[in-house]
Amino acid sequence: MIDELLFFMEVLVGGLLAGTMYSLVALGFVLIFKASATFNFSQGAMVFFSVLAFCGFMQDFNIPFVLAFILAAFLMVIVGLCTERLVLRPLMNASEDTVLMATIGLGYVLEGLAQAAWGVEVRRLDLGIGDFPVPWIADNLKLFISALDITAGLVAAIMIIGLFLLFKYTKIGLGLRAVADDAGAASSIGIPLKHIMLLVWSAAGVVALVAGMMWGARAGVQFALVDLALKALPVLIIGGFSSIPGAIVGGLIIGATEKILEVYIGPFFGGAIEGWAPYVLAIFFLLYRPEGLFGEKIIRRV
Amino acid sequence: MKPVFMTYTKKDLINLAICMVLSVIIIPTFIKTEYWYTSILIPWLCLALATIGQQIVMGYTGQLALGAAGFMAAGAFAMFNLILRVPELGFIGSLAVSGLIAAAFGILFGLPSLKVRGIYLMVATLASQFFIIWMIDKFGWFKNYDSSGIITAQDIVILGKPFTTPLAMYFVCLAVTAVLTLLAMNMARGSTGRNWMAVRDMDIAAESMGVSLLKTKVQAFAISAFYCGVAGALFAFCYLKSLEPVAFDIKLSFKILFMCILGGLGTINGAFIGAAFILLFPVLLNSVGNNVFHGAIDATIISSIEQVIFGLLMIIFMIYEPLGMAKLWENLKQKFGSKLTSSNIKNLKSSLSKKF
Repeated sequence: MIDELLFFMEVLVGGLLAGTMYSLVALGFVLIFKASATFNFSQGAMVFFSVLAFCGFMQDFNIPFVLAFILAAFLMVIVGLCTERLVLRPLMNASEDTVLMATIGLGYVLEGLAQAAWGVEVRRLDLGIGDFPVPWIADNLKLFISALDITAGLVAAIMIIGLFLLFKYTKIGLGLRAVADDAGAASSIGIPLKHIMLLVWSAAGVVALVAGMMWGARAGVQFALVDLALKALPVLIIGGFSSIPGAIVGGLIIGATEKILEVYIGPFFGGAIEGWAPYVLAIFFLLYRPEGLFGEKIIRRV
Repeated sequence: MKPVFMTYTKKDLINLAICMVLSVIIIPTFIKTEYWYTSILIPWLCLALATIGQQIVMGYTGQLALGAAGFMAAGAFAMFNLILRVPELGFIGSLAVSGLIAAAFGILFGLPSLKVRGIYLMVATLASQFFIIWMIDKFGWFKNYDSSGIITAQDIVILGKPFTTPLAMYFVCLAVTAVLTLLAMNMARGSTGRNWMAVRDMDIAAESMGVSLLKTKVQAFAISAFYCGVAGALFAFCYLKSLEPVAFDIKLSFKILFMCILGGLGTINGAFIGAAFILLFPVLLNSVGNNVFHGAIDATIISSIEQVIFGLLMIIFMIYEPLGMAKLWENLKQKFGSKLTSSNIKNLKSSLSKKF
């Protein structure tokens, strides 16, 4: 009995921590959704692009870790600048679906550029944090939890607190919330829309870089990272597209259910149900609470 | 313009005749190389058919769906099992039934569209994509307990005659595509299509005008999945000649989405233009890479460049011409055609007579 309970706890904790990895990716989406009310389909490509550049700087040019991080972050700011100038501004008055499709195009551009610049082979990324159980926790609590998972959880927590403070207590955050509410009204009272957009896209780029480093350390820096965008979708639906805490809670729910379903129900279906289980979970959420747990209620008028 | 036959104008009938002559007589007499049939014309027809399916649900009904490849897989594997287990149906019968099976999946996964829209709906359709592929992969029955992972498709036999040469298969694809395209055009311009477009343009307004959202949306999803299913069956039997779930992954869904958008949302001819462009462009780029640069550029670089150009085109079209290449073609026709129309000539004459 105790063993079963311990095993369940292990599955649950492992799922929750894996969920924070999803949350990290989902954070980038929420940032952009808050500012431009659109789903940025290229977020997955941004993750891939940024972490591949980071790896490239470190491994091909032997640039030290910190400097490579700064360079990659700077690169993402440039990407944000170009996106704002070349994609978002011309589409200022277009419908949400049009912008969404343009971001699919942007994702393709970023994927292509990244592969043209750095090659297509899988790269290993060593952050100096092992992806194996921490001995101290294994000895004392009998739980096998990977050090990388714990780091990812900590990083996610720090970033969320930082972003939360930014949104809540700074003037930029106030401007951002105004833009999210009504871009036209915000710009008419003198909030610099351009700067806000640039800031948000850069922030999303840096978030993508951090998420990419975590995922890259676990699974290698490879093209599959692009699919993280699709993986983050159910997280966002459960948490709500416009809520930072929602991204976290959504990630935790998806991570935990995915693992529990896989371990306890998966064997009856021949396994590998985590490929679609999150989406079905998201559909059920959609039917009962379309705005997500923390999202704002959507009211449409004719 | 006055209709001359049922509701068709003279122009429609001329266009139809031109297409038929081109595809039935001119192409088979002038194109002799097998490569053109097996690698370009057959996949073009199959993917164009799937794109019409995507058009119906996305371009006409305005529902953001991203699961075309899943329905194609359903159609392809249904076809395989029907020919294997119910041989009495024959090829055409199996094709129709596999389309209907795909349509059943379409109805099931289209139901969320009644409650949600936009990106939310995309998630629901993604579920269908992943679920169908997983189901085929995990349950051996669908693959007839074949352990190799890749199953060879059965030969096409219609009324006792085998259709195995590339040319014969081209005609099979052509016949199916032509019939279904005409059907889609009729639906699009009839009351069915009007309802779809009413829902697309403003669903709440359409509902208050008496258009049943439930019926219209479910119908659009079912018909769309039917088209994708038939296209998937043809794609597997005429082009791939094998069946494997991996061939119908999310990448194919994205490809069909691109064909639909670049071709032109809400147009049937856009489906053909878009499919041709997405298929031919990599071929063109590769031949440029081989002939102009003589292989100096790495193949992976070329495929990356291809991806960048697709993405850029997508953005450019979204900014400057959200209605895609079909609209571009229309504009061109108008620009050059308007000089010749009778009213213009009259205007020209009157303005000339005023001058002199």
